[in-house]
Amino acid sequence: MAELADVAHAAAEHGAEGQTVQEYITHHLSYLTYGKFPDGHWGLAHTPEEAVSMGFMSIHVDTMGWSLFIGAAFLFFFRYIGLRATSDVPSGIQNFVESIFEFVESQVNSGFNYKNPHVGPLCLTVFVWIILMNTMDLVPVDWLPEIAMAVGGLWGLEHMSFKVVPTTDPNITMGMSISVFFLILYYSVKNKGLGGFLSELAFHPFGKWMLPFNLIIEIPTLFAKPVSLGLRLFGNMYAGELLFLLISGLLGAYQLPAHFVWAVFHLLVVPLQAFVFMMLTIVYLNAAHEPAHGDH
Amino acid sequence: MDITLTIIGQSVAFFVFWWFCAKYVWPLFMNVMEERRQKIADGLEAAARAEKDLELAQAKSTDQLKVAKVEAAGIIDLANKRGSQIVDEAKDKAKEEAKRIIAGAQADIEQEVNRAKEALRAQVSAIAIAGAEKILEGSINQAANEDMLNKLASEL
Repeated sequence: MAELADVAHAAAEHGAEGQTVQEYITHHLSYLTYGKFPDGHWGLAHTPEEAVSMGFMSIHVDTMGWSLFIGAAFLFFFRYIGLRATSDVPSGIQNFVESIFEFVESQVNSGFNYKNPHVGPLCLTVFVWIILMNTMDLVPVDWLPEIAMAVGGLWGLEHMSFKVVPTTDPNITMGMSISVFFLILYYSVKNKGLGGFLSELAFHPFGKWMLPFNLIIEIPTLFAKPVSLGLRLFGNMYAGELLFLLISGLLGAYQLPAHFVWAVFHLLVVPLQAFVFMMLTIVYLNAAHEPAHGDH
Repeated sequence: MDITLTIIGQSVAFFVFWWFCAKYVWPLFMNVMEERRQKIADGLEAAARAEKDLELAQAKSTDQLKVAKVEAAGIIDLANKRGSQIVDEAKDKAKEEAKRIIAGAQADIEQEVNRAKEALRAQVSAIAIAGAEKILEGSINQAANEDMLNKLASEL
């Protein structure tokens, strides 16, 4: 163990240019933040402390930027392929995109029992977008931040943080899960009526004489949906990223095989989490389309 | 956990991307899939139709074969009949011809016989005259005897 600590120490000293492992990891887990300083002016935060001082009125330029870039790239790429797609025997890249499309469509068809032409595109967007955002986790942890620091150095930001994996930012995952939550509310009210939706909360599962208990059960259940949806994705990806950082920060010269093993394992997590997010979205929206219980 | 404006940005991005996907991406692939599905369905239908057509054609051909066989049998029958008829006719003709030939030959023979008889008669009368001449030796009037000898010759 002492040996390992030595290695870790050496790695921390040399590999990360005098940073301790803790500093190294903290640096990697902070965001490039643009926001409103306590004194009222807007600007880029130069240190994590400044970023924290901005509070809510700030935006994570790195994760938000990657999220937008990845989403837009995916959609334009799919549109590019879609415009050139033929109904003859598909070949190469069209085949690949079509297989993704068919996979998502079959999941929607089997999990969603109502007619709503908007659910398919929603699930395709969510699935591919999240898969690609998660895949950023497989880019070696220092590559993009180092480039970013080199570029940032031109403007006096040589220590700037640059987080590459959008789904390790709870703002990103919760942003999506809250959007899904609004869709659940919207479709519930649209399909059951406001009364139907509220009566589901109030008179279910125990009938109208147990109304307070029903509310105690149903309201947390309702709000647990977006929270669990967003935090599950965030937690998995954050843990994965953290392990890559620990390997990178602690193991020094021995890190390559460890990176490889963890990356292989992570290769399972990346599509699985995207799939789980999509499937739960389908399940929640399906429940939102179910007719209201008539017997209460 | 530092919740910031990013959460709102991501929500907006979520709806914008969803809208883009629903309007500009999803229909493209939906149409391609639908077209392909239609093509495959058409192909299968055409194959089924072709199979049915084949069956129909086969049934038709066996029917026609049957009809043709019956017709052929009829034609062969007719030919046989006509053949035997021709043979019969030929036989009859031949018989008639033979009769005719035989009759002609008989007539010829009769004619020959008569001619031979005539010749013989003439020769016999000449021999008789010569014989009588020898016997009577010139005293006999040739003209007077001529009638008697002609009578004799016609009696023979």
